[in-house]
Amino acid sequence: MPHTTTSPSQNTLLSRARWTWWEVLLWALALASPLLLSSHALIINEIAIVALFALSLDLILGYTGIVSLGHAAFFGMGAYSAALFAKHFMPDPLVGLLVGMGTAGLLGALCSATILRGTDLTRLMVTLGVGLILMELANKLDWLTGGADGLQGVVMGPLLGRFEFDLYGRVAAWYSLTVLLIVFVVARRFVSSPFGATLKAIRDNRLRAMAIGISVNSRLAVVYTVAATLAGAAGALLAQTTGFASLDVFEFHRSADVMLILVIGGVGWLYGGVAGAIVFKLMQDTISSITPQYWTFWIGLFLVVLVLVGRERLIRPWTWFGAKGKKSGGAP
Amino acid sequence: MLTILFDGIAYGMLLFILAVGLSVTMGLMNFINLAHGAFAMVGGYITVLLMQKFGVPFLVCLPLAFLGSALLGAVLERTLYRPLYHKPHLDQVLFSIGLTFMAVATADYFIGSSQQIVQLPEWLKGRTELGEGAWMLGMGHYRLFIIAVCAALTVGLQYVLTQTRFGSRLRAAVDDQRVAAGLGINVNWVFLGTFAVGSGLAGLGGALGAEVLGLDPSFPLKFMIYFLIVVAVGGTSSITGPLLAALLLGIADVAGKYYIPKLGGFVVYSLMIVILVWRPHGLFVRKGGK
Repeated sequence: MPHTTTSPSQNTLLSRARWTWWEVLLWALALASPLLLSSHALIINEIAIVALFALSLDLILGYTGIVSLGHAAFFGMGAYSAALFAKHFMPDPLVGLLVGMGTAGLLGALCSATILRGTDLTRLMVTLGVGLILMELANKLDWLTGGADGLQGVVMGPLLGRFEFDLYGRVAAWYSLTVLLIVFVVARRFVSSPFGATLKAIRDNRLRAMAIGISVNSRLAVVYTVAATLAGAAGALLAQTTGFASLDVFEFHRSADVMLILVIGGVGWLYGGVAGAIVFKLMQDTISSITPQYWTFWIGLFLVVLVLVGRERLIRPWTWFGAKGKKSGGAP
Repeated sequence: MLTILFDGIAYGMLLFILAVGLSVTMGLMNFINLAHGAFAMVGGYITVLLMQKFGVPFLVCLPLAFLGSALLGAVLERTLYRPLYHKPHLDQVLFSIGLTFMAVATADYFIGSSQQIVQLPEWLKGRTELGEGAWMLGMGHYRLFIIAVCAALTVGLQYVLTQTRFGSRLRAAVDDQRVAAGLGINVNWVFLGTFAVGSGLAGLGGALGAEVLGLDPSFPLKFMIYFLIVVAVGGTSSITGPLLAALLLGIADVAGKYYIPKLGGFVVYSLMIVILVWRPHGLFVRKGGK
């Protein structure tokens, strides 16, 4: 895309990407949070990772309208390749992160061929299938991945050669938050570019998008690859900051959770993933400390209520007692 | 070798009963219902509990499992599912995943997470062997029974869908709801009935399959993917599509697990992806349909 002149339409697109003062404040607070809430650094790290994962799903679900139940495939791919790289080649976190992103992106590029055709159902099945195949592989190739026991003994070197990962997870939290911030900035620029605008056109009406000359298939392939790369980054961060990778990263509930996170926060809005991640993790933490075993029941109930009340209405409580007089179920 | 084929067919037939209800709701009513496995689990638990607690004979349990799940399906259709027919697929996926999660946790809470065992009656326990050597055919009686039940059901369903008044009403309602309603067909009732029968069939499949597939609270999640494969690969044009897909899947799965156990489910998933990339709407597409 050449940027020789700035046309008015380009300005409108870019104005949406401009930063406001409250956003700067928000990110400053987020980056200060490992210091302010130093005893909760571990969960802050987790939230940042999950937020990054949800953000990557938003690119394909929210901005392009591809329903995917197998996004964990890329998350897991990033986690395992970063962990393996650290174990066998080099313990440097940043290089490992790039490796995780690279392999996940490569996988995404390969898989992007499978989402181009068919209906929502076909895409659900194919994405689900890819996730399951990878899980099956990670399970069976136990000489490489440790099978069902997970990949243990991953030791990370210090970040930038200076900051050691500490037990309280403070460095880990800063690391994840910084990556999240960088990715967020890039993703925002990406979706507010003309390319991002064409994605939304494809989401809203694929046929019309094709008619005005957008090459739908290549755009879908590109955005799928980008989303896969970012999901790989999230997975790599998880493996690096916990020093562990297990089959859990590929499981179906990961894909379902991240979809839920995104939906809680709001689809098609980059802060949606971040907001959803905060709400979801805090909810999970609270509920599972009350009933550790049956936490899935409450999350199920939450999902059902969420859909019945309406996704759009749940995040706007003032519309609950609107014209239709429909009562809300509220959150559990 | 023939034994593997036979077991594969029996397994496929079982998957067919489990999935055919889903193929109707998903394919015809255009609702992505991931909670279908939960109905199957309900049928399975009805059978297990009736047999263990009340000593009801196995053959009596099967229709009860059907009725129980059908009733549950009808109630849920009327209360929860109906408002979602015209919502986007994302909403339907989220809703039915939520329902599945709730079912799993509820079963865990009330019945416990251990695997349940079905005590088959004596006459279903044996095994008949025919032939010699590599071509030996060993038929478990229970698997023969499953095949017989499925064959009867398939013929019955095909008859209902193509020959009866209800079948033609259903097909009309599916093709164009407004016109069907204009012709005096009560679309709501047709969909309610269809959904109930679909859930009932899932329950029956769960009851029949409890012995073969195993029954524990994670059943809906564990087998959800198999039902979905049957429906996605088979297409929704008729019941022959899902039937053939279920048989293919059953044979591929049994043979794959027997010959290359190291790869496990790998064969089935890869087969599905290849088929879906090759024919995104399934192997058999209804002409002129949606």
